Amino acid sequence: MAKDIQKDEITGTDTTGHEWDGIKELNTPLPKWWLYTLYGTVIWGLAYTVAYPAWPMLTSATPGLLGYTSRGELAESVNQAKEGQKAQLEKISAASLEDILKDPEMLAFARAGGAAAFKVNCVQCHGAGAAGSAGYPNLNDDDWLWGGTADHIYTTLQHGIRYTVSADTRDSQMPAFGADGILKPEEIADVSHYVLTLAGEQADAAKAEAGKQPFIDNCAACHGEDGKGNADMGAPNLTDKIWLYGGSVEQVAQQVTKPRHGVMPGWSTRLDDTTIKQLAVYVHSLGGGQAAVPATQ
Amino acid sequence: MVQIINTVDANGVDRHDAEAVNKAENRSLYASRVKIHPKAAAGTFRRLKWALVFVLLGIYYIAPWLRWDRPGTAPDQAILIDLANRRFYFFFIEIWPQEFYYVAGLLIMAGVGLFLVTSLFGRAWCGYACPQTVWTDLYIWVESKIEGDRNARIKLDKSPPSLSKFTKRATKMAIWLAIAIATGGFWVFYFADAPTLFMELVTGEAASVAYFTIAILTATTFTFAGFMREQVCTYMCPWPRIQGAMLDEESLIVTYNAWRGEPRMAGRKKAEAQGLKVGDCVDCNACVAVCPMGIDIRDGNQLECINCALCIDACDAVMEKVGKPKGLINYTTSTLYAANVAGKNEHWDWKHLLRPRTAIYSVMWAAVGVGMLVTLVNRSQLDVNIVPDRNPIFVTLSDGSIRNGYTVKILNKKQEQRNFRLSIEDLPGATMEMVGEQSSPRSTIEIAVDPDKLRAVKIYVATQDQKVITEDKTDFTFKIEELNLSGAAETAVEQTVFHAPGE
Repeated sequence: MAKDIQKDEITGTDTTGHEWDGIKELNTPLPKWWLYTLYGTVIWGLAYTVAYPAWPMLTSATPGLLGYTSRGELAESVNQAKEGQKAQLEKISAASLEDILKDPEMLAFARAGGAAAFKVNCVQCHGAGAAGSAGYPNLNDDDWLWGGTADHIYTTLQHGIRYTVSADTRDSQMPAFGADGILKPEEIADVSHYVLTLAGEQADAAKAEAGKQPFIDNCAACHGEDGKGNADMGAPNLTDKIWLYGGSVEQVAQQVTKPRHGVMPGWSTRLDDTTIKQLAVYVHSLGGGQAAVPATQ
Repeated sequence: MVQIINTVDANGVDRHDAEAVNKAENRSLYASRVKIHPKAAAGTFRRLKWALVFVLLGIYYIAPWLRWDRPGTAPDQAILIDLANRRFYFFFIEIWPQEFYYVAGLLIMAGVGLFLVTSLFGRAWCGYACPQTVWTDLYIWVESKIEGDRNARIKLDKSPPSLSKFTKRATKMAIWLAIAIATGGFWVFYFADAPTLFMELVTGEAASVAYFTIAILTATTFTFAGFMREQVCTYMCPWPRIQGAMLDEESLIVTYNAWRGEPRMAGRKKAEAQGLKVGDCVDCNACVAVCPMGIDIRDGNQLECINCALCIDACDAVMEKVGKPKGLINYTTSTLYAANVAGKNEHWDWKHLLRPRTAIYSVMWAAVGVGMLVTLVNRSQLDVNIVPDRNPIFVTLSDGSIRNGYTVKILNKKQEQRNFRLSIEDLPGATMEMVGEQSSPRSTIEIAVDPDKLRAVKIYVATQDQKVITEDKTDFTFKIEELNLSGAAETAVEQTVFHAPGE
């Protein structure tokens, strides 16, 4: 290659003999071991493609001699993580919900595990922050349709609500007072006004007064004469500021006329008991969880 | 086979048949390395370098064994980088990962310090303090003790294989390997309790990462200081380029004073008798023979030169023998060199160190140092972070009150358990609940934090106050007071925000 090697006057270095538009390349030699290192890396690179999956074939890549797969690596990591959690999970599995809530270490672990399970299984309806939306209860507040102690939440999680697959599911039906002609539309309007006054909301006083008797006759059986509801049959408390299907007179009337009923699947057939326990603890710790009623009462 | 011709001339000066192997002329497209056999030098700079080797290696080997009594469960090792527990201990200082800016500050100081030293003394780092130089020095010393000095080593290299050659080589490499293992071996003591780790290493119980680290550092020390030597500086290290860019015309550089030395010649008496102009350089090549970088300093300042000043020692010894003033090769600046070439007789003095550039570097260096020291001394032993819930940002409760959630992180940097009282200021009607505590809402919460730990608690704050509820958001503060009856109590006040539905 080198034809016209000259000596550069300033540096005293030879040129390589290459020349482009009058610019000559100086020969600053690379150490030979550096060159061999380059060859070494090329060989290493080729060997790597033999040892690991690399070369694209028609349907998949060459598997590589070491049998490495990224899925295999993931499975190994998951197993390691499971192994690391084993002791804690066994402890939670053996403890009662009340004990978990009292023990800071178990509580922290169960909240973290519950939060993870929640993000996979529950956010679709209840939202990432468990705040729900119309028809899907907000789990952060202190209003519970079916009871807010850890045990209540645990039972709800296990068997679901109006989940016909499970025999032990929580179930109740509010009659369709309007659709089935039990109450006249005027009566429904009166009852709706009365219900709003129970919660201390603004309402027409005359209509509310007129709605009181129909309420006692038709609604008090489940919601109670005072309207505080009954968690045993999932009858909502009508005196609080929380409305699952909206708190305007029209929305209440709509629910009285043709009630909607939320359905939640039971998880005992899909998740293991320890996960459900952790979920119950997590939901209970979102701020609205109620203390267990002492057995003596 | 190359004949080694060393002669002693009329002045008693050894004449070396030394060639500067890394001269620009001796290069091809891919150059095989020509082995350099540096001759042992003696003199001021060699003594200075030995002193520095002694001090620097001393610090390296002794530092991890220093103890420092710390309270509680904290380790008692003076200098410890505790990766597992994410702490850095340095005597009375304990640094958490989030305080890494102290380390960044130290690195900035190291950087500016290097600028300063380079603008004052040129490549002093390369010549005296760089581990590559220090360990290479040590390795060459071992080599010369076993195989002899330069000439003996060249002869041994050329000699055919024999039992004695093999023994010498094997002994040398065994000692090199021992030094290399000690180098890598002591590195890991900075990362774990040194006495414990030492026993574990000996009994084979230490973590595999410790052995792995030692193996890598042993291998690099052995090859870098034993075989690659000057090539690490010339080909692999970016510092020669960076330091070269930082030199200025007032930096001290090891320089051959050509204005005094040229024309160089060996038969000077004959030439003087003929009335020819004769320089001080007797062309004995002593400067080339001692050079660990394989260059000829008389070719001028070169990238390869690490400014180790061994050629100064070699040349001074020769100048003494021939009865000429020392300093034909010396530390001087480009300005002084140019002045002397122009015929002025100027010498370096300490005033050259005081220049705007060095003053600015010194002030920068000191400012970073003082700034770090002030923040370090005044830093709080309590750190509080408030993270408001973002989803949902507020919750309506059945009685119509509004609740917000906060994660309160309290970081206790002290080596003792501390108790804090959390309270709320500037939020009317606010009550708090803590997850994990089954008690009714209240206005203050007491929180205990373990020694040297971060505790994160979930706090729910609720209020029924109409003014707060009808605002989109209300600023308020969390106050964290230390409950300490005996000593000084720290207090932290953190501003945060309360969200509500608004109108």
